[in-house]
Formats: sequence, C-alpha cells, structure tokens
Amino acid sequence: MKPFLVTCAFAASMLAAPPIVIQNATVLTVTKGTFTGSILIRDGKIVEAGEKILVPADAKIIDATGQFAMPGIIDCHSHIAADSINEGSVSVSSMVGIEDVLNPEDIAIYRALAGGVTVANVLHGSANSIGGKCTVIKLRWGKDAHDMIFEGSMPGIKFALGENPKRAGNPSGQRIGAGNVPPRYPATRMGVEDVIRQAFTDAKAYQQSWKEYNEKVAAGEQALPPRRDLKLEPLVEVLEGKRLVHSHCYRADEILMLLRVADDFGFKIRTLQHVLEGYKVAKEIAAHGAGASTFSDWWSYKVEAYDAIPFNAAIMTRKGVIVSLNSDSAELMRHLNDEAAKTMKYGGLDETEALSLITINPARQLMLDKRVGSIEPGKDADITIFDKHPLSNFAKVEKVFVDGQLYFDRNNDLAERAAREVEKKKMTDKEKEQQRRTAPGAQRRPAA
Amino acid sequence: MRSLAFAVLFICPLLAAQDDSFLIRGATVHPVASAEIQNGSVLVRDGKIAGVGRNLAAPKGTRIVEGKGLHVYPGMIDSGTQLGLAEIGSVRESVDTGEIGKFDPQLRAEVAINPSSEHIPVTRANGITAVITLPMAAGGDGGGRRGGGAGSIITGQAALVHLDGWTWEEMDVKKSAAMAMRFPSIISGGGRFGGGDLPPDIAARFSFTESKKNYETELRELKEFFEEARRYQKAKSANLKGFKTDLKFEAMLPVLEGKEPLVVMASRERAIHDAVQFADQQKVKVIIADPRELGKMGPELKARNISAILGPTLALPLHEDDPYDAPYALPGQFYKAGVKFAFGTFNNEFSRNLPYQAATAVAFGLPYEEALKAVTLNPAQIWGVSEKMGSIEEGKSADLMITDGDPLEAKTQVKQLYIKGKTVDLTNKHTRLYEKYLNRP
Repeated sequence: MKPFLVTCAFAASMLAAPPIVIQNATVLTVTKGTFTGSILIRDGKIVEAGEKILVPADAKIIDATGQFAMPGIIDCHSHIAADSINEGSVSVSSMVGIEDVLNPEDIAIYRALAGGVTVANVLHGSANSIGGKCTVIKLRWGKDAHDMIFEGSMPGIKFALGENPKRAGNPSGQRIGAGNVPPRYPATRMGVEDVIRQAFTDAKAYQQSWKEYNEKVAAGEQALPPRRDLKLEPLVEVLEGKRLVHSHCYRADEILMLLRVADDFGFKIRTLQHVLEGYKVAKEIAAHGAGASTFSDWWSYKVEAYDAIPFNAAIMTRKGVIVSLNSDSAELMRHLNDEAAKTMKYGGLDETEALSLITINPARQLMLDKRVGSIEPGKDADITIFDKHPLSNFAKVEKVFVDGQLYFDRNNDLAERAAREVEKKKMTDKEKEQQRRTAPGAQRRPAA
Repeated sequence: MRSLAFAVLFICPLLAAQDDSFLIRGATVHPVASAEIQNGSVLVRDGKIAGVGRNLAAPKGTRIVEGKGLHVYPGMIDSGTQLGLAEIGSVRESVDTGEIGKFDPQLRAEVAINPSSEHIPVTRANGITAVITLPMAAGGDGGGRRGGGAGSIITGQAALVHLDGWTWEEMDVKKSAAMAMRFPSIISGGGRFGGGDLPPDIAARFSFTESKKNYETELRELKEFFEEARRYQKAKSANLKGFKTDLKFEAMLPVLEGKEPLVVMASRERAIHDAVQFADQQKVKVIIADPRELGKMGPELKARNISAILGPTLALPLHEDDPYDAPYALPGQFYKAGVKFAFGTFNNEFSRNLPYQAATAVAFGLPYEEALKAVTLNPAQIWGVSEKMGSIEEGKSADLMITDGDPLEAKTQVKQLYIKGKTVDLTNKHTRLYEKYLNRP
C-alpha cells in the first residue's frame, strides 16, 4: 500500500511540474527553420516554439540568451549501455537481444548526454551475418534499464556483411581453421549471402507453418502448433515489417547483395550501417528505400574501408538517400555535431542538411520522427542547448533536456565536482583502511 | 656551378616565376608570430617568405595571387603521426610503425616513409604541411600491434617531413628531430579506483604485482642501456684500442650530448614524473608526448622548460570517475601551468583533423591564439626548426595555406596550399572518388 501511495504522490508531483520556457535562444528547429525566440515545454512535450510566445505565469524560465537550442542528437549506431555486444558463436544469433543486457549505469551514457545526445540505437555487434536484436534508448541517466528504453520504438535487428562476419572464427592473416580455432561458416562474402538466404528460407517456412496452423484453428480443425523457434521469430517479424533491419556493411558489392536478397524475400532494409561505399551504389540504395547511417571521415583502418571518403554522406544525400551520421564509439558519440560540420566541408551540405544528419534523419530511420528529431509542437521535449552554433568546433553543450527534464547541466556538473572529490576520497580512504585490517601481507588481486 | 645556376635562372625566368615566387595580396594575413594584417600581402621568392605586410611591391613579372575575402595562415604541423609508415591499419604488410626489440635507437622513421602513401595528399588537403612521423611502441594506427614492437622502449628516430616530395629525401626537414621512446609504466587495472592506460580486458591480464615487477625490470634495463651508451661514448672519445662501432649506441650519441631530445610517450602523471626524473639523472633533453593528465607536474615541467606534445583532445577521460571534459580541458591546464605544447594526433587516418583537436581545447578554456600556435609556431620551436617554419615571417619557408575562414573550424575550406613556395595539388584519393561517383549516371 505504501509504495503505491508514494508512486501516486510522485506521479502527482510530475503532473504538477511547472511548464518550462527556454527564452531568447537561437532555435534551430531543423524542420521549420531557425529563429530567435522561445520554446514552451509542458509535461515533457514541446507545446510551442516561436519568436514570441505567451509565457505561462507559473513557468520556469531558462534564459538562453546568446545560446543555441537544437533537437537532441540521435545516434543511430551505438554500443553504449550494453554489458555485452557480440554473441559470436553462431552465424545467426537472432535469438539474443541487447534489451536483456542493458546497463543503465554505464558512464558512457552521461558522457554522451554531455555531448548533446538524447537517443541512441543500441546495436548488437557485427560478428555474425545475422546478429542480435537491438534496442533504442533515451539517455535518461539515473533511470533503470527498463525506463531507458524508448517506449513505443520499433524493435530492430543487426545484420553484418563483409570482413567482420568473415573474420569471426577465421582470424585474419591465417589459413581458415588454422591453429586451435575451429572454422566458422561463412568465411567469404559469398557465404554471408548464403547464411542470410538460408535463414530467411527457414523463416518463410516457419511463418508458413504458423499460417497453416492458424488457418486450421480458425476452421475449427484439430492441429498441433508448430514448435516455437526463438531464432526464426525475429526474422518472421522482419518479413512482416515489424522489425527494422540495421545492417553493418562497407563495400558496394555487399550492399547491393543485401538489397537484392531483401527484394527477393519481400522485406526492406531499414538502414545500412557504416555503408562506407554507399556513395558508389547510392541510386540503388535510394531505389530500395534504405536509409544510410555512416561515419563522417573514417577510412583506411581496414581493407574494406580503403575506398571510404568523407564525401559519402553528401553524395548519398544528393542522390536521394536519407542519411545519418553515427558514432559506433563512446568517444565519437560525444561530438556528433562536429562530425556533422565536416559534411559542409566535404560535399557542401548546408547547415540544415548537416544538422538533419544527427537529428531528424536518424529519427526517420528509426521511425521515431513523430516523436523526436526536430523542435516542433507535439514532439518530445528532447532539446540540447549549445553556447555557440553547434556546427562550430568551438561550441560546447550547456544543457540537455530529455522529455522536458534537465538531464545534463554544465554548470551543475562543474559545481558538484568538489563535493564528488570529497566523497571519492572518503571511499578510497575507507577502502585503504579495510585493506590494512584484512589479511595482512596478502597480495590482493583486484577483481577483473 | 654558379654560372650554371645563373644560366638556368636566366633561361627559365617564367618557370621560376610560376613555381615558387609570387605575391599574395588583399588577404587577411595571420602571421601567428604577430598580429593579423587586414588587406595584407605575402611575398614569396624562391620558396621563401620575402615579405609580409601591407601594400608590398613585387618585382615586375611576379605572379599575383588575389586573396580578397580569403585568409593566409602558416601551414599546420602535426607533431605526432605515422604518416608514410602505415597504409591500411589492419594489414600487417602495409604497417611499419614499430620494430621488434626493446632498444632500437638506430631505427630511422624517415627511410620507411612511403612518399606515395594515399594518406599524404589526404592529410595536406586540410592545410597540414609538415608532420612528425615517429616509430611507436603502442597506440596509433596499428602501431606496435600489427607492426611488431609492442614491448619497445626506445622505438627509433622521429622525422620531421614536409607533406610534399617525390622521395622521402625531398620531404625531409629534419631526419632525427627526436628519439622516440615509451616510458615504462605500471600497466594493469590499477586497482579498483584507477583505470589503467589499457582497456580493462587487456589490463586485467596483468596483476598489479606482475606489472610492477615488469616496470621495475624495464626501468633497470633502460638505465643500463643509457649507462652502456655512456661507456660507449667514453670509449669512442678515448679512441680505445679494439673499439667497435655499434649502431645502437652511435644513434644515442646526439641524445647523450643533449643535441637531440627524447620524445617520451608518458600518459599518466606517474610516468611523466618518472620521465622528468630520468631526464634529470641522465642530463638529457625530453619532450613529453601524449600525456593524458597533468596532475601536479605543471610546475616541474615549467621549471625545467620541458615541452609537451598533446595527443587527441577528442578522447575519453582516462578514468571512469574523471570529469567528462577532462581531455577537452587538458590543453587549457597545460597553458595555465605555463608549459609549452603542440598538438599531435598520433594517428594517420585522423591527422587531417588536427585543427579540431585544437578547437575543442578552445571551447574548454584554451585561448584561441594559443590553440593556433600549438599547430604552427609551437611545434616549429619544439622541434628546433622555428628559424625555418611555423609562422609567416621573412626568411621562413613559404609553407602557407589560403582558406575561406578559420582553419580550426571544420566548415572552412582550404583553397590553396604551398609547401616551400610550391603550389601543392589539393586533389587526393577522396576527391577523385568523389568526382567519379558524384557523376555516376
């Protein structure tokens, strides 16, 4: 009974939370132009954004004079907040999912917030042709794993082509199966195609068996249900358009291969991830309707990245592909705005196009553009405030709101540092004291 | 010989005029060593800067470069790369960044620089005209991981090269700008409260005790190596009978004589402290490379006039509980401590992003002018070539970039580039592929 009351009281206080008005900011809406004015936030949503708005009497005012408000940055490819990334033992691992290993205490979440990111697509790794299920999170730092999940977001699944799935179990530079490592199929791009075709052939048959069963049941006939297959179920969801495919890929040939496999089985590739040679097959990608989520300027770290160019995002944009920039890295994730600025240099995107790559475009790719990705009335109040224009390399994040709640504030962060140092010292002193008391002379190996 | 040179000059005055003599006028000139000049001019003659100022007059026939609306800056210097030593990070055959062996002072990075590396034109297209290429023990593109050398302490001679030339000889600025080394450190998880320099999964392989033993062994070996080198130096100068040339010790002589600095990779405060102590004991000159924290070392570095090469600003904090902006704020801390520094990327792929490392530091407290100096004049001073490069001053090599804005901003375009007064082609593998595929029917 008591917890219920507490919950009620908490909910009531939430409802009663005063509206917030961000005032005098340069507002980069991304979809509706740029103006100097205000944003009204109520109950976690953007209610109004304009040059002049009526400020409710009870509103909490955030003065952002001289500062820049933009939609919270969305990273379409991240591995933060996950305790494990790759189930690398099999070539099709669609039975596993990131949702089961979400770690809400990963410090990378806070650091990404401090870089202006509010939403991340947390993906399985790229060791397998068909990897695990993915989860979209909001960076609600301090909340538990369940509350981090972006409610209502489409589930996804990771595919991977090229060197990574080839290499798993077949270490590079060695004969396949050399040493003690048993070879794992596939070891070539040919095999990667086969693995995906075989998996979807199985998924179709599985889908059919359920269809037949359901028809029999509907007709009042006696029938035994098919045995549930947790590996094939997500693939059936892909076939039925209920799960988004995010596929790691590099080379033009493998990109085209995957598009054609999907065409043959009648499903869509939602996003091509990395897609560093996407610029070579941009028109095929656009025709299929796949989005492309790439790096700004990574190249040459492996053979399949040797033809990567920083103009990739611009060419694909010009050829009609919806493009986003992602991080795939807890570090790069902290400055995706800098990465977006590079597309102005390399390929001449304009400011709005550049900002779209890290806001509305990834929102579209994740089918979340009704909720996030721009500053528009009705959308979630996920807003990042920079001290300078976010496409300037001299800009830094001042405040970040998720669902209208302040999750990062640089001033608070700075103010709390001294107290945190004191707290840390207390704990280290205590630990030292304990070490002195227990097991004299014993060499304690720190827990790995 | 002299008459021949005259003859050539006389016969090809036009060619000479087109090649490395010209006047940039009407541009905003940023000499770095002095205040910016609006509507300024830079006169270049025979590859060298012959004048900087307003309304400079050029000899008749001098090629004019109109700089209206544009900016002129000195070319940038990346003080830590493996440019030319590695092509594709994952391909062992293309990586020559670190040798086998603990003490390899005889190795010369310069002779292994591939002047045809695709990385060179890609990097210079963003205004970087010279780099330090150094053999490394760890870190960077495949350094030490795939090119061997993971356990090296003295890794070889760092070269300062221009990013233009048909051969490494033509690229050369300074063959042995410094002796590169990694300072031994305790590599482990570092206990519950300190993360190590290494990813936890690797660090966890070494227990603290093991790691400490390793560190002590390496430190002893390092001291012994220096002692041996000194005995060699004595033997050589005494012209002892039976003296045999040893290439390793021979390479150490300029270091022992204080003519060549040691550039020491030392990321943590403890390693920096050790390196400074070591330099004191050995009476050698050191430059600290890729420090990830300053701790209490500021006054000691300043008092000894020790410079630093700061690695990537855009990096993750060293420890889990460090402030989120610790790496961003680090250059500002070095500045406040009065320690001279330059930026290095310690990378190939991202060497072109050198100016953005500097820009982020500005966002977190480093004065803008200092950031610009740290990619131009400071590196020239630290590497001992400030009489030749690093700023737009009379007599220096005409390493210049003409831009449409601030080079520390990513959206700025580099419009023209000159190395030793020679126009440098800005096209590269990336621009070629761009043109080709943008125009794919």
